Amino acid sequence: MSTYSLSDADGFSDRGVSTSLARARLRAAAAGVFASLTWVAFGVACLRWEDVGDWSRTHDLGVAAVVIAAIILLGTLGADHLGRLGRGLRQRAPWLAALGAFLALWELATAKFAWLPLPFFPPPQAIFEVYTDDLPKLLDSVIASVKLQLGGYLIGAAAGFLTGVSIGWSRSVGYWVHPVLRFIGPLPATAWLPIAFFVFPSSWSASTFLIALATGFPVTVLTWSGVAGVSNAYYDVARTLGAKPSFLVAKVAIPAALPHVFVGLFMGLGSSFAVLVVAEMIGVKAGLGWYLQWAQGWAAYANMYAALIVMSLLCSGAITLLFRVRDRLLVWQKGVVKW
Amino acid sequence: MVAHALAEPAAREGAALDIAHVNHAFDIDGAALPVLEDVSLRIEPGEFVALLGPSGCGKSTLLRLVAGLEPPRSGTLREDELLIGAPHPSRVVVFQDPTLFPWRTVWDNVALGLEAQGILKQHRHRVDDAIAQVGLSAFRNAYPHQLSGGMAQRAALARALVNDPKVLVLDEPLGKLDSLTRITMQAELVSLWQRKRFTALLVTHDAEEALFLANRVIVLSERPARIKADIAVDRPYPRHRGDPYLADLRRKILGLLGLEATW
Repeated sequence: MSTYSLSDADGFSDRGVSTSLARARLRAAAAGVFASLTWVAFGVACLRWEDVGDWSRTHDLGVAAVVIAAIILLGTLGADHLGRLGRGLRQRAPWLAALGAFLALWELATAKFAWLPLPFFPPPQAIFEVYTDDLPKLLDSVIASVKLQLGGYLIGAAAGFLTGVSIGWSRSVGYWVHPVLRFIGPLPATAWLPIAFFVFPSSWSASTFLIALATGFPVTVLTWSGVAGVSNAYYDVARTLGAKPSFLVAKVAIPAALPHVFVGLFMGLGSSFAVLVVAEMIGVKAGLGWYLQWAQGWAAYANMYAALIVMSLLCSGAITLLFRVRDRLLVWQKGVVKW
Repeated sequence: MVAHALAEPAAREGAALDIAHVNHAFDIDGAALPVLEDVSLRIEPGEFVALLGPSGCGKSTLLRLVAGLEPPRSGTLREDELLIGAPHPSRVVVFQDPTLFPWRTVWDNVALGLEAQGILKQHRHRVDDAIAQVGLSAFRNAYPHQLSGGMAQRAALARALVNDPKVLVLDEPLGKLDSLTRITMQAELVSLWQRKRFTALLVTHDAEEALFLANRVIVLSERPARIKADIAVDRPYPRHRGDPYLADLRRKILGLLGLEATW
């Protein structure tokens, strides 16, 4: 972080070192102070002018912004005593500054001067209002979505993994499954929607099936290619050491294929999100997808934005979780991608 | 450590290998490419035999047959009179590449054989001993990508030795190491062999290495490999690289390989 000039580094001026350190610290603190200022600006933007519309949480939001500004300021000044929290805050100060500025601008552009057309661009307080006043419904939707997604994803991932290992390992299984996979796999899972909702007893089971399908295909293909790509030398080594076929599958083929499996799980997660939202919009009467649809029906644009933000946090969180698990299981790999 | 090695059942001496009239061929684009032609060889228990031949002559194929990884087209291979039909941990191979499993630590790699045979729980100390024998105790928890080439090959050696093999099959195990590491590991190999008394079958294309390590050097012809000469190296260990007797043999062997002009 700190920059030493040559004269500082050759040691006869302790003062030189300490001033340049102080300067670096000042620069870090300046970013924090600036971030605090942009949040104050956001607060002022909320409180200074009258709203052009009727929003009940403007005042609360303005106060909250000022409180956040105060927290940022205190955190910045006391960063040295806050350990990891302080370091994290210092590192994110520029982003916090940008966020505060963006919110202030957004506030002015919507609630105060209506530069952007209402109701398509709701002001921050309208979204804030959704989180405070419509929380139970939103939470119910989140729980419904997570349940559906988790069930479908786990079933799809498990089925895909087992299928992939089987066709990668056994030629006769591959003979029968491979053509089916080639025929059905590339079909977007959403194309099954009408049939699935007709064939399955409930829209919930139909959606679970579709999510599992969307997850299963990439997991199958990548597990399969991972298993098929394991070097014969590994099998030779294990066989000369007395390994039986079950050991070769469980302790050689699967661990060797695991990096591929995780690529498949990642891709499957992405496509399953798409299916989840579509399934909820069309068939299931619960979940964030349904909430979006419902909000659109009422032209409740603030609710849509609020739901979108939650959805994005959930999807991003799911991917983060998957990457954590991968990093844990694949510590032996050098240089795995950081998410 | 040494005391422990001596306390081990010394009766576990090497096995005899009997290779009789073995022929082998590969199918390449439908045509049979002969690689071994009527190879017969008897190796006594505890012998250190080097197979020397031009590259691509079929030496490694012979090792795969001895290991039981492939059956021969015709002929028989026996270990102590028992027909070799499949791989068995009494005949362990050390390959040219260490082929450590990258997802396992050194310790877990060395434990592989015992784990595969389902006896790891009762014999964990053998893994520690084998790792100590090759001097990797400080790296037991390292992953293969953290090891140097020499260290990785040592770990591969420990992975083989932990099974107390009767026959150690060495497929150019030092071929890819730098010359200094190689010289050190040749000496280590000799001392391990003397201590453990297994039968060793080494494939190499380095005449000097063969003469430094082996009791017997078998010179093979170009593909398809036939036995050209069976040379006893009657010299005590540890051997000296400058030994004029070995230098003579080396000249003779290079002559058999058609390289006399270079010496």
